[in-house]
Amino acid sequence: MPTATLAGKTIELDADGHLANLADWTEEIARELAKEAGIEELTEDHWKVIRFMRKVYEEEGDAPSIRRLTKESGVDTKTLYKLFPKGPAKKAAKIAGLPKPKGCI
Amino acid sequence: MANETEYKPIEKVSIIVSRGSLEGVYPGLIMANGARMEGIEAQLFFTFFGLEAIIDKRMDHLKVATVGNPAMHMPTIIGMLPGMSALATRMMKKEMEKLDIPPVREFITLIHDSGCEIYACKATVDMFHLKKEDFCPEVDGILTVGEFYEKSAGAQIIFT
Repeated sequence: MPTATLAGKTIELDADGHLANLADWTEEIARELAKEAGIEELTEDHWKVIRFMRKVYEEEGDAPSIRRLTKESGVDTKTLYKLFPKGPAKKAAKIAGLPKPKGCI
Repeated sequence: MANETEYKPIEKVSIIVSRGSLEGVYPGLIMANGARMEGIEAQLFFTFFGLEAIIDKRMDHLKVATVGNPAMHMPTIIGMLPGMSALATRMMKKEMEKLDIPPVREFITLIHDSGCEIYACKATVDMFHLKKEDFCPEVDGILTVGEFYEKSAGAQIIFT
């Protein structure tokens, strides 16, 4: 298993470079992952999306689709793409410490 | 799977939708949305019967074709019975909803909001005597085939 040093700790990663264990995630790690993804600062809207994604994942075992993010996270599609310019669903999942989303939508 | 060649990731796609049945329209929409989700630049170009998906009055009423499609595993004579297409459409919509695939109108809005440009083909618009007002508000313009190629500079073109 590959590892990375995040927020001063050695963290296990999966084959896609996402965190291997949900429980390793902290807000500090999220901030470092965001910087790696080119997002200098996580705003309140970023956190809204990240928290929503973690909640759905914990309850249902997969990250929400872009449609659900748009409908239920409290952030609309246009904002979502501004917040995570290089692909909102995947980028947000990575920062939220979740595996790559399984769905196509 | 080791490969000596390093391929450049796809940066831009230009997707043509040429069919007007429900199953003819969705692949292009799913690919356009999927491209934007991956951070790939995307544009959609609707031509011939594909225009049905962006004509305001028609886009909510697209149907699955039950005749002339061997993959439906339905004899043509059954497929042509009244109500068969409506039934197949209802079933497909139900399955799509389970996968969180939105209805056409909502999908077009989602895709457009994600930054994908949406165009109608000039030749078809003229042939069917359509006007800009006949289309849903997400349509960014009506393009000639030449303009389509210009806009597709640097893109992979996908015909569906």
